[in-house]
Amino acid sequence: MRVALFVPCYVDQFYPKVAIATLKLLQHLGVQVEYPMQQTCCGQPMANGGYEHLTGSCNSNFIKAFAGYDYIVSPSGSCVLHVKDHLHDERQEAAATTIRQRVYELCEFLTDVVQVKAIKASFPKKVALHQGCHGQRGLKLASSSETVLPFFSKPVQLLQMVEGLELVELDRPDECCGFGGTFCVTEEAVSSAMGLSRIDDYTKHEATVITGTDVSCLMHQEGLIRRQQLPFEVMHISEVLVAGL
Amino acid sequence: MNTPTIPHPEAAATFLKNKERVQWHDETLWFVRHKRDKIVQEIPEWEQLRELASQIKDHTLSRLDEYLQEFEAAAISNGVTVHWAADAAEHNRIVHGIMQKHGAQKIVKSKSMLTEECHLNEYLEAQGIEVVDTDLGERIVQLNKELPSHIVLPAIHIKKEEVGEIFHQHLGTPKGASDPLYLALAARAHLREKFLAADIAITGVNFAVAETGAIVVCTNEGNADLGAHLAKVHIACMGIEKLIPRTEHLSIFLRLLARNATGQNITAYSSHFRKPVPGSEMHIVIVDNGRTTQLGREAFRNSLKCIRCGACLNTCPVYRRSGGHSYHNATAGPIGAILAPNLDMRKNADLPFASTLCGSCTDVCPVKIDIHNQLYQWRQVLTQEGYMPAAKTASMKIMAGVLSSPARYSFAGKWARRFLRWFPSLALNKKLNPWARQRELPEPPKESFREWYKKNGNK
Ligand code: SF4
Repeated sequence: MRVALFVPCYVDQFYPKVAIATLKLLQHLGVQVEYPMQQTCCGQPMANGGYEHLTGSCNSNFIKAFAGYDYIVSPSGSCVLHVKDHLHDERQEAAATTIRQRVYELCEFLTDVVQVKAIKASFPKKVALHQGCHGQRGLKLASSSETVLPFFSKPVQLLQMVEGLELVELDRPDECCGFGGTFCVTEEAVSSAMGLSRIDDYTKHEATVITGTDVSCLMHQEGLIRRQQLPFEVMHISEVLVAGL
Repeated sequence: MNTPTIPHPEAAATFLKNKERVQWHDETLWFVRHKRDKIVQEIPEWEQLRELASQIKDHTLSRLDEYLQEFEAAAISNGVTVHWAADAAEHNRIVHGIMQKHGAQKIVKSKSMLTEECHLNEYLEAQGIEVVDTDLGERIVQLNKELPSHIVLPAIHIKKEEVGEIFHQHLGTPKGASDPLYLALAARAHLREKFLAADIAITGVNFAVAETGAIVVCTNEGNADLGAHLAKVHIACMGIEKLIPRTEHLSIFLRLLARNATGQNITAYSSHFRKPVPGSEMHIVIVDNGRTTQLGREAFRNSLKCIRCGACLNTCPVYRRSGGHSYHNATAGPIGAILAPNLDMRKNADLPFASTLCGSCTDVCPVKIDIHNQLYQWRQVLTQEGYMPAAKTASMKIMAGVLSSPARYSFAGKWARRFLRWFPSLALNKKLNPWARQRELPEPPKESFREWYKKNGNK
């Protein structure tokens, strides 16, 4: 099984520790991963900004980097969703299609492909999970509160394997944090207000750690938390799942 | 309204200045959504109902011309006069024409977002005609010379103390009165007079049944019935998309509408109108106003399935914090942001960007409109049609160039990290960088992952 690690551009540049934790976690679970050096960015920032037509060369670069792998795994639900929904290339559409079918967000890869039953991590803290919307509603990593479906959540399934971890219940378990790509800059006021209400929910339920499946949501919330000098630790789910290993 | 349009981000920022109001707006709407969640959980077949409703609407839209003709023929044979309006102006002229024919001066209207869309009130008031909105929320915003900010809860942005002040000024209630029951009774007494004096009643249409030519109007206050029964003339105004093929389909939509809108089992009044009472007249004005254009836009067609339950507004985290008026369009929120650019791309190019594409609207929609995907599609269309600022296009081109080449990307990344480390004060300049107004930037690490990986490899 050839597995490629897809590290979104902003994770590569600003949160290498998340990519390292993802790599460690996969290796710990016996998955051999490679990091294709050719990769840059999936093109999501441009596409969501309305410039999907400028993502052509990004797409062909992405295909070059990831063609031939059995699985492509990434610690970012929203980038994975973008690839799944929008990766196309007229000149190599077959390769694009294969990639779209083989790209996985980390948690779903672990629950659905690796079918992890146990993780040795230990993390005795009160944790709040922010389910990134693109992962939750887009990739269906979890049931959503709007629909009438039995509850399921792939990230929760994994977090429950961590020794000592206490997952707090939130008032709004799947409310958007307001990051939204370029939205966080063009609609700064709304974006910040949304993030602050998320943080109020964590405060109210006395969480000390905030985790999530998408670094972008966490980056935005961490920015607000640091400005307000609040005592939360913000960690990507991969960092929680390797804690104490 | 011909007031200059304030772009969504600015209008939202203004609304957000009043923290208390925003918090209450957000919590009230969240409460409605939560109530909706609880009640839909009681219907195990909820998802099937949604699917069925979606399919019925899809089917109807695919043969809209046939169903419209069937509806018209049935309505005419019921003794109803049917009018067709290509746009808002024609709709307003038709309504005015009916008034002139009857020498009518006073209208009571029961909530119709279509007449808001057509700016009927302004048009008729300019002709010296009194138009009174009889839905309590609509009447409050009307007295306050505002437009509704929500399609189901039109005065949701106004607090009860403010309603007290508005009523004090216009209805003569004592200053400082803010008890909701007291205010509702005052409104009731005031509206009674208007109902009794009206020459003509206008209502909206929630569903129009092709098979029978009947229309159904859903209200919680019974004001549509009261108006239509008291006045000699009833004018019902409907968009072409309100059709459903048969009476039996109504049960599906009536089950979905109230539950999804307000968390009620059923709307208090679902009034069916089929033919005029002897001695009175009934008119139906069927309005296009851009709907056939939308029908022809493959990517946006299914926005016409909307039954205006308002749930996508209640659930939208952006709407809850920016308020309905920030959408500068009769229909606000996610669905409004899809419908508005169809009417005027230039004026409404900002609206499809007023979303994080979180997808909650899509999951909550009772007729399964893929709202957030359509917002994404509109962004592509608006950009390609040239409605974006040149600076944004230029920076996106540079970004595309950097991100498509591994070498340029590595170089630019290194530079950006150094830049952040060396010039944190510049990066934090709030004018230059909106990110930093309320947020810290990430602390730049010494090396990127790819640099780390090169050294440490795959051990
Ligand atoms: S788009 Fe869907 S959720 Fe929104 S108002 Fe229309 S029917 Fe309701």
